[in-house]
Amino acid sequence: MSYQGKKSIPHITMLLDPSRATIECAFHARKDGPGFFDTSDRLLIKGGRIINDDHSFYADIYLEDGLIKQIGENLIVPGGVKTIEANGRMVIPGGIDVNTYLQKPCHGMTAVDDFYQGTKAALAGGTTMIIDHVLPEPGSSLLTSFEKWHEAADTKSCCDYSLHVDITSWYDGIREELEVLVQDKGVNSFQVYMAYKDLYQMSDSQLYEAFTFLKSLGAVILVHAENGDLIAQEQKRILEMGITGPEGHALSRPEELEAEAVFRAITIASRINCPVYITKVMSKSAADIIALARKKGPLVFGEPITASLGTDGTHYWSKNWAKAAAFVTSPPLSPDPTTPDHLNSLLACGDLQVTGSGHCPYSTAQKAVGKDNFTMIPEGVNGIEERMTVVWDKAVATGKMDESQFVAVTSTNAAKIFNLYPRKGRIAVGSDADVVIWDPDKVKTITAKSHKSAIEYNIFEGMECHGAPLVVISQGKIVYEDGNLHVNKGMGRFIPRKPFPEYLYQRIKIRNKVGGLQGVSRGMYDGPVYEIPATPKYATPAPSTKSSPAKNQPPPIRNLHQSNFSLSGAQIDDNNPRRTGHRIVAPPGGRSNITSLG
Amino acid sequence: MSHQGKKSATRTTSDQLLIKGGKIVNDDQSFYADVYVEDGLIKQIGENLIVPGGTRTVDAYGQLVMPGGIDAHTRLQAPVLGLSSADGFSQGTKAALAGGTTMIIDHVCLDTGTSLVAAFEQWRGHADGQACCDYGLHVDIPRWHESLREELEALVKDKGVNSFLVFMAYKDKLQCTDAQMYEIFCIIRDLGAIAQVHAENGDIIEEEQKRLLELGITGPEGHVLSRPEEVEAEAVYRAITIARQANCPLYITKVMSRGAADVLAQAKRKGTVVFGEPITASLGTDGSHYWSKNWAKAAAFVTSPPISPDPSTPDHLTTLLSSGDLQVTGSAHCTFTTAQKAVGKDNFTLIPEGTNGIEERMSIIWEKCVVPGKMDENDFVAVTSTNAAKIFNCYPRKGRIAVGADADLVVWNPKATKIISAKTHNLNVEYNIFEGTECHGVPTVVISQGRVVLEDGNLCVTQGLGRFIPRKTFPDFVYKRIKARNRLAEVHGVPRGMYDGPVHEVPASVRAAAPTATSRLTPGAGKAPAVPVRNLHQSGFSLSGSQADDHIARRTAQKIMAPPGGRSNITSLS
Repeated sequence: MSYQGKKSIPHITMLLDPSRATIECAFHARKDGPGFFDTSDRLLIKGGRIINDDHSFYADIYLEDGLIKQIGENLIVPGGVKTIEANGRMVIPGGIDVNTYLQKPCHGMTAVDDFYQGTKAALAGGTTMIIDHVLPEPGSSLLTSFEKWHEAADTKSCCDYSLHVDITSWYDGIREELEVLVQDKGVNSFQVYMAYKDLYQMSDSQLYEAFTFLKSLGAVILVHAENGDLIAQEQKRILEMGITGPEGHALSRPEELEAEAVFRAITIASRINCPVYITKVMSKSAADIIALARKKGPLVFGEPITASLGTDGTHYWSKNWAKAAAFVTSPPLSPDPTTPDHLNSLLACGDLQVTGSGHCPYSTAQKAVGKDNFTMIPEGVNGIEERMTVVWDKAVATGKMDESQFVAVTSTNAAKIFNLYPRKGRIAVGSDADVVIWDPDKVKTITAKSHKSAIEYNIFEGMECHGAPLVVISQGKIVYEDGNLHVNKGMGRFIPRKPFPEYLYQRIKIRNKVGGLQGVSRGMYDGPVYEIPATPKYATPAPSTKSSPAKNQPPPIRNLHQSNFSLSGAQIDDNNPRRTGHRIVAPPGGRSNITSLG
Repeated sequence: MSHQGKKSATRTTSDQLLIKGGKIVNDDQSFYADVYVEDGLIKQIGENLIVPGGTRTVDAYGQLVMPGGIDAHTRLQAPVLGLSSADGFSQGTKAALAGGTTMIIDHVCLDTGTSLVAAFEQWRGHADGQACCDYGLHVDIPRWHESLREELEALVKDKGVNSFLVFMAYKDKLQCTDAQMYEIFCIIRDLGAIAQVHAENGDIIEEEQKRLLELGITGPEGHVLSRPEEVEAEAVYRAITIARQANCPLYITKVMSRGAADVLAQAKRKGTVVFGEPITASLGTDGSHYWSKNWAKAAAFVTSPPISPDPSTPDHLTTLLSSGDLQVTGSAHCTFTTAQKAVGKDNFTLIPEGTNGIEERMSIIWEKCVVPGKMDENDFVAVTSTNAAKIFNCYPRKGRIAVGADADLVVWNPKATKIISAKTHNLNVEYNIFEGTECHGVPTVVISQGRVVLEDGNLCVTQGLGRFIPRKTFPDFVYKRIKARNRLAEVHGVPRGMYDGPVHEVPASVRAAAPTATSRLTPGAGKAPAVPVRNLHQSGFSLSGSQADDHIARRTAQKIMAPPGGRSNITSLS
């Protein structure tokens, strides 16, 4: 049955693969007129096994006005309601993809999948909500960028969405903007970068400052964890060696650099007692650091992405440049082929909690901008459509996790962390009607020929996956069924999120109370105090007098033999270190250095 | 023999020594033999040695004869806030000898903009006149600058220095960024030296210090609260990551906490060439004293990284030292009197940092490691002397009892006991952080350069007798592995046909914004194959022709010191 056919026929009764599931459709054409709208908004899912992250049970679900209205058996529903026979199949909350970049600018290009194309792919894969990253160009304000993204998404997105805002520079006035975003705009998560030197990278001091402020706002702190300083050095070295292909990308970003940054981010966060969320966990060592840290108490969350769970980085060495370039993302996919298995295990045992896709595909022509220099290849891989299927195939079909855990890592945990729960991430009365009927037996081969994305290469090409969505319902409407998408551009809503998600901040609040620091009350030291010579210019330790409290008194005993006078007066350039050697480029009376300006 | 008596005796007799009846302990084995020493060298080892008449005999029956200790980390002359430490080279090395340490390696650390070579010479000047035992010097790199490579090269080639320390702490003062560390490590690797790191995250510390002072915490407890051990562990992890990338051997000075030691041990397990140096303070005591009601006592413990408040730390560190995860011990001896420490009485960040430990090191390690059976006497020799000699390339001259080695020996009595106290120690400070610790195992006789300097509790030392021991580069113990890895670590690109598909046109203005790798870094045209499909809209012509100095990084701004026709910069030489 074709898409066109369906639109024109008001009453349909169809039989879908009778040996497995029967879907009876009896409804009026949905989008064609306002008069029919009410009825099409009502749906009854009969005989499904409802899976939540805590337990599963058999019940019918009645959906109306985009919400779940009733759950139970023998529901009393209005007549003429469209009924889906689930026949014992799993009914799960729609997936939430926590990491997409559908509008990422790179060298003046934007990713080929925009909000329309991207969310279409998301729905086809069983994901009914995405949280996209707003990536302001350094120098532009967070608020304007947010509005730009908001507008683009509102007009194009086919599923509900929310927005993270990336902090690409820490400038004056950013605090006010962050406050506005949190209080009025419904953003509660911000990403900082430890990589991209001289572009997005922040120093440890800035991270400390940013974390402290974001904590006071009750936001979720996302970190792109890679050591940018070292990457820059390695890139230089590798280019100098004459390696310019995509393998240079992986070679210049070894997984130790990712693990190091994760370690540092956690250290900083645990000093401030704030939750920290590591986006794109790509390597074993980074994941292990997160797992270890969680055992010691800090509140850390790790997000592996479809790519790191489903494939590995051996393809960077592919002889086919275009294929190798398609895998370029940061942090890179680990060349260690045992990585996906390890990450899936950690995901199953709860050491990693959430899955995203990092979906940000560029066409081969766009990637080819970096054909002579791997550092110019725009970064990003696909994964928005494949996420649910890959996790099912790698984790559930292999027996690492059960269906409830599957729901937790693909949807519920994300909803809890980002404060969307229980509106999203759960099948319960009153929740949004974002529901997926999942077929665990369906076998599908991922290929660029049939995927919904606009790119030529699919990094999971040829992967045979067990488990796929049969029916996807977004906002109470059937948007995917029998392999066909029925979506409208711009029907996705922006979902605002409140600060201080309880899932994170309950513990933080208690730790704040317990973790108070106290000094020792002791009598004043009244012994002799050594007199410091008057010229400790270089030696004053970091916190200069301005940060010491006002009660800091001068030493009581003065050494009368000492004078403040010094033969060499203090100079304005005293704080510039002296150079040991001085090359005379402009001898007396000779040439001036103004001509050598470069 | 009294001090006076010895001085008046003829030189020759006192230079010939026979140590009889002791058990010789090296890091690999122990055996009973006599040792004959002449002219500051070990001449014979064996039984029934034939020695010249008039040779002085030292009775070592029932005792151990070990190589003298090497203290891999002291700061006897450290200038902090314009204060110089209470124990100079003279007092410090006296204390070292009293504790059985016959060689120290001191840190040259001068943060006043003078060149490293000048700083080194200044230290030589101090030490040559004052040191009572042999010494070597590490040089601290207080800041990154362009001519660093030449300076380091000069120190390595001409001055006998093979170890350099960089700081990850002390923000805006000594701290290096990751990129600078990487560059420094690469230089050090090329020169065949050892990279030492003071590992603490200075950025976090500064923020924490601010926060604590704002909370009104100004006492010494603020020091440890602002430098929690995670911050140390984080920096150790980062230093190891950078060293691995640069394939440079790494030496972490002052391992003070469990977290840091564990990170280091894990890295060794993954194959990194990294060495860890716990110090007397971290092995012998803990940081609970920072909360002492007695300000002066609490301040005496202030050092960086701080001594961990976790009382199980010494036990953990001694275990790792015994298992070989940590290899070397130092003392980081850098003492200040209470009056000097009191400069920071209202602000803990101003308290000069440093603890004692040069005299107590050997006894504390014996007490904490050998007495409870964690290590045997051979391991003891390894961690107090031999390993340091190997890493810093003065083996087998130091760190081993063998014919031809320097006659730096200690006769160790494992049965004697001693209680450490400020009343009896050989230092100028009022507080000893190990006050009251009872140590089983003390040196009874200490021989430095073939002379008896300690006997029956009497020290007889001569200032200025200590010699500078130059150290060569590429110590085998460290660099054999590094060299092999350098050969293996070569990476290769993938030879593939040129990509000849469509290329997205990038607006010209954006190209400049490409991250990090600028066009000047791309390899020469010889290596990068030419583009087969030419974009005819693009031209190779550029307004600025390539210049001879293209490889020199452009400065973003240039201050005109010498305007045309105006003054020259020769007058601004300093």
